[in-house]
Amino acid sequence: MSDSVSFIIDGKKVSADSDETIWQVAKRLGTTIPHLCFNDKPGYRSDGNCRTCMVEIDGERTLAASCCRYPANNMVIHTQSERAKSARQIVMELLSTDLNQETLSGSEFDNLAQSMQLAPSRFPKNSPAPSDLSHQAISVRADACIHCSLCVRACREVQVNNVIGLADRGQHEKITFDFDDPMGESTCVACGECVQACPTHALLPATPNVNEVDKQVQSICPYCGVGCQVKLNIKDNKVSSVDGANGPANQGRLCVKGRYGYDYISSDQRLTEPLIRKKGMEKGINIDPANPYTHFRKASWEEALDVAASGFSASKKQHGSDSLAGFGSAKCSNEEAYIFQKLIRAGFGTNNVDHCTRLCHASSVTALLETIGSGAVTAPFMAVKDSDLIIVIGANPSENHPVAATFFKQATQLGAELIVMDPRALALKQQATHMLQFTPGTDVALLNAIMHVIVNEQLYKPDYIEQYTSGFEQLTAHLQNFSPEKMQSICGIDADTIKIVARKYATAKSAIIFWGMGISQHTHGTDNARCLISLALMCGHIGKPGTGLHPLRGQNNVQGASDAALVPMFYPDYKDINDPEAKAFFESLWDTSLNEQAGLTVIEIMHAIHNDTIKSMYVMGENPAMSDPNLNHARTALATLDHLVVQDIFLTETAMFADVVLPATAWLEKNGTVTNTNRQVQMGRKAVEPPGQAKPDWWITHQIAQRLGLNWPYKSPEDIYQEMQLAMPSLANISWQRLDKEHSVTYPCSAPDEAGQDIVFANGFPTEDGRGQFIPASFLPPNDPLDKEYDFILTTGRLLEHWHTGSMSRRSEQLNALEPEAFVQISHLDCAALNVKAGDLVCISSRRGSIQIKVRVDNKVQSGLVFIPFAYVEAAANLLTSHDLDPLAKIPEFKYSAVKITTI
Amino acid sequence: MAFFVLPLFSLQQQTSNLFMPHKSSPLVRLGSKKKRKGRLTQKGRQIDAGAQQDISELLADKPLRKELLIEYLHLIQDKWAHISSRHLMALADTLKLSQAEVYEVATFYHHFDVVKENEIAPPPLTIRVCNSLSCCMAGADDLINELVEQSPSSIRITAAPCMGLCDQAPAAAVGKNYLGKVTAASLLNTAKNKQTQAILPTYQGYEQYLDANGYQLLASLNNQTFSVDDVLKELEKSNLKGLGGAGFPTANKLRIVKAEPSPRYFCVNADEGEPGTFKDRHYLSTTPHQFLEGMLIAARLIEADKIYIYLRDEYAAINQLLHHEIQHLIDHKVIKDSYIDIRRGAGAYICGEESAMIESIEGKRGIPRQRPPYVAHQGLFGQPTLVQNVETLYWILSILRNGGEHFAKQGKNGASGLRSFSVSGRVNKPGVIVAPAGSHVRELIDLAGGMLEGHSFKAYLPGGASGGILPASLDNIPLDFGSLTEYGCFIGSHAIIILSDKDSIKTTSQNLLAFFRDESCGQCTPCRVGCEKASSLLSEQQWNKPLLKELCTTMADASICGLGQAAPNPILSAIKYFGEDV
Repeated sequence: MSDSVSFIIDGKKVSADSDETIWQVAKRLGTTIPHLCFNDKPGYRSDGNCRTCMVEIDGERTLAASCCRYPANNMVIHTQSERAKSARQIVMELLSTDLNQETLSGSEFDNLAQSMQLAPSRFPKNSPAPSDLSHQAISVRADACIHCSLCVRACREVQVNNVIGLADRGQHEKITFDFDDPMGESTCVACGECVQACPTHALLPATPNVNEVDKQVQSICPYCGVGCQVKLNIKDNKVSSVDGANGPANQGRLCVKGRYGYDYISSDQRLTEPLIRKKGMEKGINIDPANPYTHFRKASWEEALDVAASGFSASKKQHGSDSLAGFGSAKCSNEEAYIFQKLIRAGFGTNNVDHCTRLCHASSVTALLETIGSGAVTAPFMAVKDSDLIIVIGANPSENHPVAATFFKQATQLGAELIVMDPRALALKQQATHMLQFTPGTDVALLNAIMHVIVNEQLYKPDYIEQYTSGFEQLTAHLQNFSPEKMQSICGIDADTIKIVARKYATAKSAIIFWGMGISQHTHGTDNARCLISLALMCGHIGKPGTGLHPLRGQNNVQGASDAALVPMFYPDYKDINDPEAKAFFESLWDTSLNEQAGLTVIEIMHAIHNDTIKSMYVMGENPAMSDPNLNHARTALATLDHLVVQDIFLTETAMFADVVLPATAWLEKNGTVTNTNRQVQMGRKAVEPPGQAKPDWWITHQIAQRLGLNWPYKSPEDIYQEMQLAMPSLANISWQRLDKEHSVTYPCSAPDEAGQDIVFANGFPTEDGRGQFIPASFLPPNDPLDKEYDFILTTGRLLEHWHTGSMSRRSEQLNALEPEAFVQISHLDCAALNVKAGDLVCISSRRGSIQIKVRVDNKVQSGLVFIPFAYVEAAANLLTSHDLDPLAKIPEFKYSAVKITTI
Repeated sequence: MAFFVLPLFSLQQQTSNLFMPHKSSPLVRLGSKKKRKGRLTQKGRQIDAGAQQDISELLADKPLRKELLIEYLHLIQDKWAHISSRHLMALADTLKLSQAEVYEVATFYHHFDVVKENEIAPPPLTIRVCNSLSCCMAGADDLINELVEQSPSSIRITAAPCMGLCDQAPAAAVGKNYLGKVTAASLLNTAKNKQTQAILPTYQGYEQYLDANGYQLLASLNNQTFSVDDVLKELEKSNLKGLGGAGFPTANKLRIVKAEPSPRYFCVNADEGEPGTFKDRHYLSTTPHQFLEGMLIAARLIEADKIYIYLRDEYAAINQLLHHEIQHLIDHKVIKDSYIDIRRGAGAYICGEESAMIESIEGKRGIPRQRPPYVAHQGLFGQPTLVQNVETLYWILSILRNGGEHFAKQGKNGASGLRSFSVSGRVNKPGVIVAPAGSHVRELIDLAGGMLEGHSFKAYLPGGASGGILPASLDNIPLDFGSLTEYGCFIGSHAIIILSDKDSIKTTSQNLLAFFRDESCGQCTPCRVGCEKASSLLSEQQWNKPLLKELCTTMADASICGLGQAAPNPILSAIKYFGEDV
């Protein structure tokens, strides 16, 4: 539909593409035809129901809705005829009759009515529809609803959350949530898309909306790895509201966190001045974060930085470079990740630097690097628009990558098949063609069985395998022991289903695999990822539109932080620490000598503290006192350190163990770039002033570096970025200026004026021989076995409303109100067997610790499995988890711990 | 600091107060200033295990396709006489639909009674009394009042729109038993005797139809003694037009759909709901096979991949009859199993509009689509779709047997062909009158046995509720497509309702607008708000004619479909021809 048509509009002869509506043509020619139910934003289908955009077409009996009518050759269109204008006027009058002018005030409807000089309605009035104020974040004022269905399209077609409906009919028609339930009691996930779309203020943020703002700043959401672009409306140095911007990864959409989760920035618990621990105060989770002064005294920046730096120097002098370690953060910018690892390497003289990637996708990256030579995704998640088949395994994108999930759900609406494999029945179950709720920890058994079918039925792609891979013979031999018939009793999925799924994936024209931490957070996480890679390689589902391998990255900058080498075994851009050439390059670039010994990973560092080899640590924006497994062990380690410097925006659980606490700026208080799960480098911009004396992380790190005798020239994040471009070929052709102009550029990018490459590896891989490597994986049982006493499997993860350890989201009034307390999800059946009911307090213990927590009955978990989000300090799930590690990637097994449940 | 020295890798439980905040600690509610309680379950309504069991038993042998939602809502309503939110929730889960998707569909159709938690279910039996125009003229309002007074609490009495029994007014339904010429006593007696199921009419069965040379034309088309082109040529000569009300030339429509790529679907519109119309009911319940053969010929012409017959729920007896007779066709290998799907409407006049009908067949709310694209190009499931009315298909056999020209010649006053006029109101013998297209109203009154005694002819509705109202003085207009346009009226489904001097034009207009108000789907502003405001304005003592005219113009100009566009016709006719009465 893109032939050109020529026609006459308002007396002008015009040509247009045949897929341009009359409304769009008129707008292009400078006439904005009134509109309400039409939203000129990506993803919104025009519906033509409000009839405020009617135009007259010669020879047609009735008027036409310009928003959904396409011009045809020789059509004669009048947008300003008396007949059309009169109809538009009466339509507005009809709509306004029963609406509450107060609610409408300031809305698009109000603006349109004013521009049309709408007089008070002459029609008989009805009593106004009642409001629904049951939701924490959104208020529903039906007395301004015009039934335009934009909220329905927002909820069902754009976000595909399917909560809003148009129930009943005719004059009784109304917007409903689920079964006409109060919004606050419905399945609404508060993405706010409907509020953003509503033209009448019938849907509004529950907090008073500020119509006038001081400024609007375009930046990136601070939460997950999707990397949604946001427009921040700033009033009085606060974020008053947030709109989705048209970024490549979100196309205007946001989730509840990205929409409503910004009030943590203005929390009264923000750190506003440097703190030094008072002498003799015990270290522990024993401080009210709103009042650190019980254990700390305030200090000047000079003093605090001096104490921080001299502690590091002392440690280095006394115990050597490897007695120091640093945790950076995937929540900071690329520049901050880079400068932090540079400090640890060039200043501390050690490679003991790591961050939370170790706890999330280390195994995925390890497997990807060894098999296809690149740790990043091979295709962005938007590639699903070209996929016939989508596999989502060990991931819960509707909660953890909500905006990415909208793309998956949209793809299914267009006919793509979705196969979900996860021990928990996720929200995506509704869209899934097949839902494989397999036994926790049996990923390798299931995936090998799938590959067994593909091999035995010869559904693989011999040409692709021949041309681009190696090791297929060894793999096929290995797979012979994994027949679906044999594996079905292990993984809990019947052989027939395994066969169907295998055939579907192998024979799909284009298939893509997404995975999350259900795959990676296992002692066999690397093996799990190897299986997925082998699966894609044998079917040739890499490098073409709609195909690929995509580990959904968690933090907003976990990709960037890893690229920038916030990891102990690589220099920036994954240059091996053991590679002498790489070492020489960075020694020259950084004008220093470097430690050739690869560093320790997150959990290894905790062990090393217990072993007395690490004595001093610098933690920037990480919260291991909540995020590490086996917290008793980790917290004891933190308490044991001689010198701990924590730099953060709150007195986190980790900061409670610090000797020096340095107040940092929040993401929205500084400039910097971040790289999302799609390899899109994006520009974050300062929107508000930081509180008190809080400083950007890069500035603080720079100050410490100076005190360690390093003379770095950086005056801004841009200066650091320019050095990164020298160190990292991946950033070629992506200048700071370009990012500032375009907001987002994907790497790799082959020219300054070309778009980056979304889908990579069409012709082989960046490995030594250019081939993708099949690496067989054997099935190993989980490390923390069930027994008679510990008879439940615990799995942990995030919640839609709460981010990670909760340090940000639990300080967001909006988010915390939606999920205010810790809970354990237990199935109906298990509740009955345990004789507990929803809301009861139970004690959950593992071989490492125990917590008390409320029961939430939830059939998403299968019998024998329980789920606890790890955001709640008062019932920290990680007191229970084990710190046993994947031997290669050093990632702990958060997804499988043996626990017992006892009633209280 | 010995306190913190713990053995490494200990399997013992090691907890220290310092590492475990107390419940009362200020840490517990980190961000919240207000005390809040968490949820005890996942978000929203929970599935009830018992209801899930009910639904899985109910749908045990049924395909779980989303488009069958309305069919399954019927099964629930039939079994429990209402649809509880427990069952609705379980059905949504079973069909992998969201709550919003099932709720909006279930509440759109008036034959479903959705009962939420804490609401009281309606009594097990409902008596619906038709209060559309012909039945109202026959005393429906009084009948409803009487029933409300006399009926026991185990019976619900409701008013309902036209049931297609206008020739037997007043009409009502006791459960699924649709009855004409009813009284309060007869209805309560029927209810008391539990005669609540549809009663099959006597009709020409499969064998009888075969005896009358039935299915020979279809056979000759199949064995190519008669070609597709021959059929199309005859239909062209016959000048047969779509008799659902739009009057689109049938042969043209067939050719357009035939030229589209497959799969092509064929939807038969048997959702006869225009007040005053009952001709389709007549043919379906007397000579179903003539309709079925015509349908199969049309399907053959366009090589339809599947046929859907969308039958209004009020025609419960015909539903049974068709199932029965279609099974004969399958048994006798005339068609393959599951080539024809019968879909039950669920009490929504708007589903007679072809695109709304298609939405309904897809299991959705019956809301009309924007055109273009036309359904011939993008119809059911986005595929090219032929939509034909029952009567149109019925005539195909006569035309092919006797030749297209013969059929065309039977019209008069410039019109061509035969038409089935549904005549009701103040005449002696209301019923389906087959007469030449172009006949005058007086001729139809004569054929219907003349005016009732004591009534003199005052006005007539030429096209049911939406075709406008004409005065008796305009009794010389040839009744055909297009011929009434200059009078602000149309013939539509050829439903002629005769009014007399005893009937009030004002009351008539109010009745008609109330019908449109209740049946508007609610999608577009001019119709949803317009019908409601027009209805309110008509109930005023003194009509605000200038405002009504402005409103009517916009409704006609700017509504999406024929319902809203035609709803003003009675008002404009009343003002134009009966100025003194209103």
